[in-house]
Amino acid sequence: MGTYVVRRMFSTVAVMAMVGIFVFLLLRLAPGDPAAMIAGKSATAEVIAGIRQQMGLNDPIPVQFIRWVRDILGGDFGTSIFAGRPVLELISQRLEPTLSLSILTMVLSATVGVCFGILAAWRAGGLVDRILTGFATLGFSVPVFVVGFFLIYFFAIKTHWLPVQGYQPIESGFWPWLMHLILPTITLSIPYLAFIARITRASMLEVLSEDYMRTAAAKGASSYSMLVHHALKNAGAPILTVIGLSFAGLVGGVVITETVFNIPGVGRLVVDAINNRDYPIIQGVLILVAGLYVLINLAVDLSYTLVDPRIRY
Amino acid sequence: MIGGGLLALMIILALAAPLYAGDPLNMDPFKRLQPPSTEMWFGSDNLGRDVFARAVFGARISLIVGLTSAAGAALGALLIGVLAGYSCGFDSIVMRVMDGLMSIPTVLLAIALISLTGPGVGILIFAITIVQLPSVTRLVRSVVMSVRERPYVEAAICGGARLPKVLLRHILPSTIPALMVQSAIVCADAIMTEAGLSFLGAGVPPEIPSWGNMIANSRLYLAIAPMTIFAPGICLAVMVLAVNLLGDGLRDLFDPRAKRRR
Repeated sequence: MGTYVVRRMFSTVAVMAMVGIFVFLLLRLAPGDPAAMIAGKSATAEVIAGIRQQMGLNDPIPVQFIRWVRDILGGDFGTSIFAGRPVLELISQRLEPTLSLSILTMVLSATVGVCFGILAAWRAGGLVDRILTGFATLGFSVPVFVVGFFLIYFFAIKTHWLPVQGYQPIESGFWPWLMHLILPTITLSIPYLAFIARITRASMLEVLSEDYMRTAAAKGASSYSMLVHHALKNAGAPILTVIGLSFAGLVGGVVITETVFNIPGVGRLVVDAINNRDYPIIQGVLILVAGLYVLINLAVDLSYTLVDPRIRY
Repeated sequence: MIGGGLLALMIILALAAPLYAGDPLNMDPFKRLQPPSTEMWFGSDNLGRDVFARAVFGARISLIVGLTSAAGAALGALLIGVLAGYSCGFDSIVMRVMDGLMSIPTVLLAIALISLTGPGVGILIFAITIVQLPSVTRLVRSVVMSVRERPYVEAAICGGARLPKVLLRHILPSTIPALMVQSAIVCADAIMTEAGLSFLGAGVPPEIPSWGNMIANSRLYLAIAPMTIFAPGICLAVMVLAVNLLGDGLRDLFDPRAKRRR
């Protein structure tokens, strides 16, 4: 176990190093002089040269890279070109809406997805299974923003049951917060829910055909006990992987969902950054998100032993 | 094979668009945000453009981006995957790069690449290809690694076949079925990513009619003219569904065991 954890940690560091090199090169490949961009359109050549010197852009690329990595490890992600504020500060201001949306989405899609998967596997080939499998295929194919606009139209504009767009911070009360997040959460959940349901079903079907399931049935175990105690536990590892990976991959959908519902989260920050060509923000978000992905991946791998004690490293 | 038929139909409709649909760029300020009518089947948008014509022409850009980036990812993955699966030294470097690319969510990675040059069809296809490359490469590599231990490959090597011939004649063909199925999934994903990026303003330039652009452009008019958003949205969903069904069909074709299990 010990050597495995150490090896796994090393590969995590290697992957993050790749991400770092990639993101760093991205800024260097970007057209235009970063110093000129910061200085603005009306700056003189001397001002630009001064900024170049100050930013260390005249140093060799490897020196710049090492300094950049050192800054990031120290928590300095650079300064936004457009807003003139530290990138980390801008990101942390936008974190609450994004985290609220992500966590609610994960809770919804994991619980409902696993339940759907179990139901479908329980009566494989039956009507329930067909409906759920059809829904899963459909949920996989309909893009999040299309679902979002449909939900807004029917549940907000036509019926006025829920607010159309926007976000209420949780300090202003739990209900307004939740009401504003219901539609975005459902929207963002659908593809993940479909994916989790699909994997749960496949993984459960594999386990249900095992001999010990027949033994459990012969002992007279109830279907609930069979499904949950005997089958779900043994089918757990792939399901856990999928849930972990979905959570890590959520960010892409978050960017689009936040745009549809006008939520001022990290996703909007990135979208605005593209329009302003604000590379430090794009870089910062890329590094943080990739770091999160790698960490969740690591956590999922290490948690296999908890779900399934037979797995030993 | 419903998916294949549906996709073929959409390709024909998109290719034949100039024959039956109006001009997607023609603006008519007197007919803004019109409801669907016999003249304009899906109504008109905020600039008085025919939504039906735009939806039909939008299929072209989706198909171009979807098919070329799927083909690009498949070819790139084939090249890298076969080499990586066969040689360990190359493998360890390339797969770390792929792991790094994989750890950045697709939409963000594509946005980062596109932010280098600004919106454009070429950079969009390039970005989506790069984003899809790691997963396809992993698949090809895993097939190659399992095939290279097979007796017939050993026999070919003992028989004096040179390395390029072993790779091309004996190993590469066995990756094709899995690669085709994966390409369909990649194509569906690419179509969705294109629409998503265009919707965010980081995809196809606004002057080209694409489903993502249409939806982004009509966001503010959802309450007044819902068809301006629903029409491209439904088109997009149907096309992605068709490609996904095609992928499912291909998988059943190549792996009949999987069908029984499902």
